[in-house]
Amino acid sequence: MDNILSVRDLRVDIPLAGGTLHAVRGLNFDLARGETLCIVGESGSGKSLTSLAIMGLLPKMAQRRAAKLEFSGIDLSAAKNRQMRRLRGDRISMIFQEPMTSLNPAYTIGDQLTEALLLHRKVGRKAAEARAIELLEKVGITAAASRLGQYPHQLSGGLRQRVMIAMALMAEPDLIIADEPTTALDVTIQAQILRLLVDLQREMNMAMILITHDLGVVARVADKVAIMYAGEVIESGSSKDVFTAPQHPYTRGLLRCIPVPGKTKPGEHLGSIPGIVPSLIGETPGCAFRGRCDVAIDACAHDIPERTGVEGHLYRCVHDNSQTRFSASGEINTASQSEGRP
Amino acid sequence: MTSSHETPVLELKNVSKTFTIKQGMFGKRKALRAVNEVDLRLNKGEVLGLVGESGCGKSTLARILLGLEKPTEGQVLVDGQDIGTQDRSYLARRIQPIFQDPYSSLNPRKSIGDIISLPLRVHKVGNAREWDKKTTDILDFVGLPQRVLRSFPNQLSGGQRQRVAIARALIMKPEIVICDEPTSALDVSVQSQILNLLVDLRNELGLTYLFISHNLAVIEHLATRVAVMYLGRVVEESAAAPLFAEPRHPYSSALLESVLTPDPFMGVPETHLGAVYPNPIDPPSGCHFHPRCAKAMDICSTIVPPCLREELRRVECHLYAES
Repeated sequence: MDNILSVRDLRVDIPLAGGTLHAVRGLNFDLARGETLCIVGESGSGKSLTSLAIMGLLPKMAQRRAAKLEFSGIDLSAAKNRQMRRLRGDRISMIFQEPMTSLNPAYTIGDQLTEALLLHRKVGRKAAEARAIELLEKVGITAAASRLGQYPHQLSGGLRQRVMIAMALMAEPDLIIADEPTTALDVTIQAQILRLLVDLQREMNMAMILITHDLGVVARVADKVAIMYAGEVIESGSSKDVFTAPQHPYTRGLLRCIPVPGKTKPGEHLGSIPGIVPSLIGETPGCAFRGRCDVAIDACAHDIPERTGVEGHLYRCVHDNSQTRFSASGEINTASQSEGRP
Repeated sequence: MTSSHETPVLELKNVSKTFTIKQGMFGKRKALRAVNEVDLRLNKGEVLGLVGESGCGKSTLARILLGLEKPTEGQVLVDGQDIGTQDRSYLARRIQPIFQDPYSSLNPRKSIGDIISLPLRVHKVGNAREWDKKTTDILDFVGLPQRVLRSFPNQLSGGQRQRVAIARALIMKPEIVICDEPTSALDVSVQSQILNLLVDLRNELGLTYLFISHNLAVIEHLATRVAVMYLGRVVEESAAAPLFAEPRHPYSSALLESVLTPDPFMGVPETHLGAVYPNPIDPPSGCHFHPRCAKAMDICSTIVPPCLREELRRVECHLYAES
């Protein structure tokens, strides 16, 4: 499959008074048309900066470097502002977490929906509005034509997020980047919005990067998963591999932290990861997770090898876990015992 | 589980709360019924989970239970006594809240020590030396290092701040803690630490919790009993295990189906819920849930469903009217 997006050694540095904050430290991934990559991580892991770096929307003080940052043959790292502006909203679009703050309260839904199309394509207002109505209906908004004259404050949170999705799809982009698109929503609305995103993405054969901290969302939506910790991808692979055979101690820890109805016993202790994320100011040699890791050894302070499991399953750990399978519940099965597993 | 004959520590009897909303500067005044005829009891030692979507009235209900909001109709009883007849400071000693956002619920200009000991000073319990002793003790108890005493909220992480909020709530040794989405603003690894802490505190101090959340996985983990709210009404109430094994109200089932467990072999569930959350100012006729209900019948749009009680369970739905 042809990759629509290729990223090699992406770095984001933020110079601060106390030294340089290395927020994203050497990211690699490829994304093909129709594929969904989920970037998972906790706050401060650099997942949102990664998406802004791809879009070229980093805050001014942040510095982006990459060995390769290529979107469908275009070198984004060398692209000028004008060229980036032409891509954004046309071939790459973004859905943000907070539909309340990312819609302009002073303009109608119709104005905001048609803006990208009027800007990027040679279409008239009539045609753009027709397309807007078509998309609003597609994202499940009733009385679409009458919504065009409404302002964001007149819509509920779920409806606003649907408008954001419709807006992102107006120009049929090749790549859609969704940063926590459902975090601010209720669970029932979350399921509906995710379903909608997945269906539309398949229908239009778009590539999607979904950024979230919710492992439940990831498992249900992702083709590929990248787990970020302290600015690095510490484990990546197919959703099936990462969830059924997590290799990195951090991934295993995260999976033990969440209550799962029917699996975790009510009222009993959940797993937890002691400690906090280390400061990323200055150099961080070795494994950034070693201070919180229960299997850390002295070698963790030095260079960490990237290990390969089955079918592109990668993880960074001094321990070669390929002979050992860790299930999400935390018990360790040796390879001989786990032969019957899928 | 406590038997239903025991006097509940906290009880709502047919409580309603109506707000008047003005639409536009010259608009008509309209009534918004945030809480609608709710009967709810909180028995000693239990964890009552309260679930529902945003705008369903669960936070208003919490504020009524805390005595921060007066119900328009109905009665709130604390140990069988009307809440209105009781002293505010006595209530504050017995019932304490923990709020969702540890970033806005702590005064940024006060040190952690001041924040935690404030209830002691307000209630004039003991002298300054005892305040210090109690404050340092409670820090250990909630797993915070002593050095944070002189820190300010902005120097702490989200999880630490929530521990401060818990310490402040517990320093007066309350019996009832009302937790309003206490982990929603936290990362998963921190959420699990706070949930474990809440479980430990309950076991050690014999606390009673009202635990409000929209996350059913969290409710399932903590609650012994669950009340499901929809548009101001408690539509289903049940012991936790049977509710999760076999939800009866279609809305409860929809909520359960929306829980995304980390299972890579399953896709995003179809909830069969219509898209639109109704306007609470103008709620649908009959059963408020009928426009979104997959099992709606003709009767649902016209007649308010009766409340059907069984042992340990209660549901408001026409589906079970015959049986």
